[in-house]
Amino acid sequence: MPSNYLSQQSGITPLLAVQALGRQIQNRWIWKNLQFDLYPGENLAITGASGSGKSLLLRSLANLDPIQEGQLWFQGKVLSSYAEPYYRSQVIYLHQRPALIEGSVEDNLRQVYRFNIHRHQSFDRDQILAYLAALGRDNSFLTRPSSALSGGEAQIVAFIRALQLSPQVLLLDEPTASLDLETVYALETLVQYWQKADPNRATVWTSHTLEQIHRVTQRQFNLQSL
Amino acid sequence: MDKTYLVIGDVQLVLAASLLLINIIISVVLQLGLGKQLWMAGIRSVVQLLLIGYVLEWVFTLEQPPLILLVGLIMTIMAGVSSVQRTRRRFDGIYFNSILSILASTALITGITITGIIQVNPWYDPQYLIPLLGMVLGNALTGITLAIDRFMDDLTTGRDRIEAMLTLGATRWEAAHDSIRMALRTGMIPTINSMMVMGIVSLPGMMTGQILAGARPTDAVRYQIIILFAIAAATALASIGGILLAFLRLFSTTHQLRLDRLRRLP
Repeated sequence: MPSNYLSQQSGITPLLAVQALGRQIQNRWIWKNLQFDLYPGENLAITGASGSGKSLLLRSLANLDPIQEGQLWFQGKVLSSYAEPYYRSQVIYLHQRPALIEGSVEDNLRQVYRFNIHRHQSFDRDQILAYLAALGRDNSFLTRPSSALSGGEAQIVAFIRALQLSPQVLLLDEPTASLDLETVYALETLVQYWQKADPNRATVWTSHTLEQIHRVTQRQFNLQSL
Repeated sequence: MDKTYLVIGDVQLVLAASLLLINIIISVVLQLGLGKQLWMAGIRSVVQLLLIGYVLEWVFTLEQPPLILLVGLIMTIMAGVSSVQRTRRRFDGIYFNSILSILASTALITGITITGIIQVNPWYDPQYLIPLLGMVLGNALTGITLAIDRFMDDLTTGRDRIEAMLTLGATRWEAAHDSIRMALRTGMIPTINSMMVMGIVSLPGMMTGQILAGARPTDAVRYQIIILFAIAAATALASIGGILLAFLRLFSTTHQLRLDRLRRLP
């Protein structure tokens, strides 16, 4: 029952709590009765065969799709008690294919501050340069047009665009698929860097390689296909 | 009644119809395969126009406002339905949305034009109301078709971009803003283009008709100016209405892009 659900947990309130979650597409259940928690500071992997709905689960956690059954909780409160833009500014979903707007890298990073939810924040150049320095890049990267970026560079921009907003949770949906190993490490470094700034920050990953799952996560949740 | 124009007889119609032979000969020689369609189109347009001629003669004898408004309503619904039929994607309620947008925008603008600007007395005089409404409807329907088709197209092809904004905390309005603007521009372009070349490249049909019927060209252009602005305003309103209703349908109140509500026609 939702009312006594949280009291069953001992001690720490999970950042995200998934309760009896079910997702249906065209009358077919993709998964059902999912139950797991994401605790502060944790890095969780969602594993499962292809087609088991890993992406759908991350999308549902980001509240991008309607769910047909169950509840999501964020920081001890049911999801519907949050305004979605606020929730999504705290729990950011990162897609496998980065979608950038026309313009320079800096235009892309600044764009999000036009959203009402981020109005009280402003573009922090020093923070961005620190991120770039961690990746061995200098400030000339900021002036590159987004159309001239490689797939890996575009993903780096998408990551920084999200991280600069200081979210609590990152949902990483195969973020490094089809990227070269150097970029893969760079993106993982970036996530570690963001997580170090606040040890309560947590991540949920899906990945096509077991090596990456072992490298970046401590716990796995396996999706059984129905 | 004193006729200031030549009345066209049946023989003259047949002569005009024979011009269609030019199209058919071209189609046969160049093997365009359009012969049958040209015949069909020719016959359909003749039958439809002759019929509407009789209908309009009957409508022009009407003196009861409710009956005239009913004719206007039927025209509006037909415009709303055909505006949807030329779009490539559908969602539930798209017909209702388009009919509502066209009805509200043309009723408002035609009403203002008839009563406030031209000051027709009585306001329901079908000689003014019906042709005016017809012209406004014809343009509003093109505008709304282009606008919502572009909007649905943009949401589909720009899904990654829009969802990226939503995942970063954008509201549905913030995420859809660019697509809404582009769709509205697309809906307005034919109207703006035709205003730009008005009188230079194109002599509008209504003005030409009035001149043929014996009106002074300087009077005819005045009518044309009024109708031009009425068309521009109604097209803009209909496009905005159509886009906003589609927006409310395709973005949920929980700020989700609901492309699952959209289906592409085969």
